[in-house]
Amino acid sequence: MSDIPMPPSAVQVVQVMVSATPYARALGFEVTAVGDSRVTMRTPYRADLIGDPETGVIAGGVITALLDHVAGASVMAAMKERQSIATLDLRIDYLRAAEPGRDIFAEAHCYKVTRSVAFVRAVAFEDSPDNPVANATAAFMIASDGARKMGANTRPPR
Amino acid sequence: MSAPVITEAQLRDRFLSVPFARFLNIDLELRGDELTIVMPYREDLIGNVLLPALHGGTLGALLELVAVATVTLKQGDAQLPKTIDITIDYLRSGRPVDTYARAKVTRLGRRIASVHAEAWQHERSDPIAALNGHFLLTQADS
Repeated sequence: MSDIPMPPSAVQVVQVMVSATPYARALGFEVTAVGDSRVTMRTPYRADLIGDPETGVIAGGVITALLDHVAGASVMAAMKERQSIATLDLRIDYLRAAEPGRDIFAEAHCYKVTRSVAFVRAVAFEDSPDNPVANATAAFMIASDGARKMGANTRPPR
Repeated sequence: MSAPVITEAQLRDRFLSVPFARFLNIDLELRGDELTIVMPYREDLIGNVLLPALHGGTLGALLELVAVATVTLKQGDAQLPKTIDITIDYLRSGRPVDTYARAKVTRLGRRIASVHAEAWQHERSDPIAALNGHFLLTQADS
């Protein structure tokens, strides 16, 4: 009976969400903390991700991706069973420009999970969530793939 | 609305020289006053390897870029608008193919532009994601 695999922990699931996601790897995301329905990630400051060459401020699109990813990870951390999820909507308020040369952190809290939908609040910052760069709310579909099989998207739409 | 005073070459200079736009490898096309941004598919853009599906963050970035570029086009020669807020609806999963995006400036005020943008792949009438956003116009003279 010893060969029955243990179910993966929330920490492992969240780690895999970064290591097995090409776009998260391409942007250099790292998991820095995983708690019960809370996840924090970091994206390193990189010259090739700058959105404003005059100031060196990182592109808003990078922060959008980080907030989307960390929000999804917090849903994975909050769910009792492992199910596929997909972002339904994501609202981001850009409160100020990110400081050039600094890594950005994003912390997400999945504060409600229902059978079909999960709700998340997330914040992006350099030093403290009390001084945010951006604030986000998101909703995710749970069991988003329905009956769709692996490789379903490689066929053209009906 | 007055005719655009900014050319495709100027828009290219402005947007395709931005490091993150180069990272996404986007291209743009201007026909009359209609601007389309193209995000060619590549494996780095994937968010779900099983389906496979594009990462939501790539679509968010594409929609924000087309919104900002379209405001710039409407404004003519002004500083780039700053994003105040965006809401993205994910309508379908993004397939591993090229994605296109266009935006409409719903209202161009003195300080704020309201913008609606859509991204599609196979059919323009069947968008995979949509954005509504507000952008702060930074006029040099005010």
